[in-house]
Amino acid sequence: MNPELQGRVYPSTEPYLVGREKVREFARAVFATNPINLDPEAAAAAGYADVVAPPTFAVVVQEHSLAQLLADSDAGIDFSRVVHGDQRFTSTRPIVAGDLLTATLTVASVKSLGAHSMVTAETAITDAAGEHVVTAISTLVIRGED
Amino acid sequence: MAAPDFASLAVGDVVAEREFPLTRDSLVRYAGASGDFNPIHYRDDVAASVGLPGVLAHGMLTMGFAVQPVVDWAGDPGRVADYQVRFTRPVVVDPVDGALVTVSAKVGQLDEQATVARIDLTVKLGDDTVLGKAQVRVALG
Repeated sequence: MNPELQGRVYPSTEPYLVGREKVREFARAVFATNPINLDPEAAAAAGYADVVAPPTFAVVVQEHSLAQLLADSDAGIDFSRVVHGDQRFTSTRPIVAGDLLTATLTVASVKSLGAHSMVTAETAITDAAGEHVVTAISTLVIRGED
Repeated sequence: MAAPDFASLAVGDVVAEREFPLTRDSLVRYAGASGDFNPIHYRDDVAASVGLPGVLAHGMLTMGFAVQPVVDWAGDPGRVADYQVRFTRPVVVDPVDGALVTVSAKVGQLDEQATVARIDLTVKLGDDTVLGKAQVRVALG
């Protein structure tokens, strides 16, 4: 892959509107049982405007930014050789149904490890007011030719 | 829900334990909810064609459920300030028997100043650890 990718910032993604039923669907899929994830009344009682998304929900929004990186012919990433190495979410506040979120990906680092390459992509997710919500960081390992 | 009492926590305390019986249905459900439709997560023939031992759970599914015992302990998903994992071993989900993943959550570090507890997760399939450096920072202030 292209080592000069380091530092590249991709254009912000189209705003993603977080729907209540999407949050509930995702919550059920990750075996969430906390009522704040599922029940608007429980969320309101805890001080939230609507149901709160599980900690890993940001991946749904991050995915749109990763798609830009993977589709960039200049980046030269062969998707069939990509393995997800590690993942991190650093939040300022939780995602809540009703949020309108925008994702901006920066290539934080590109490294070579023998035949393999490693790219770390940091996606900053902000709300409609431009305030930071969460940063999703993925390290992808691109396996070398066998 | 009230937060756990920070002052009563000690490093090494096990705060939550839970078992997650996964089936192929779990993978299809997660594919739909997350939008990750990579066929290695539901088609045996595709998984075999790329040299995998079987259909695998999405790494992000494992990451997603492994934090749930901590969310329930913390009482509010909004208290999870930071969560990271390393994907160290795939979770093969048998079409008939599924896969049983166990999660144990233990206090790893306490930041008195910030009242943040670092909870370390041990996530296993049988005797094998499937997530490395799985750490959750929970704000209890």
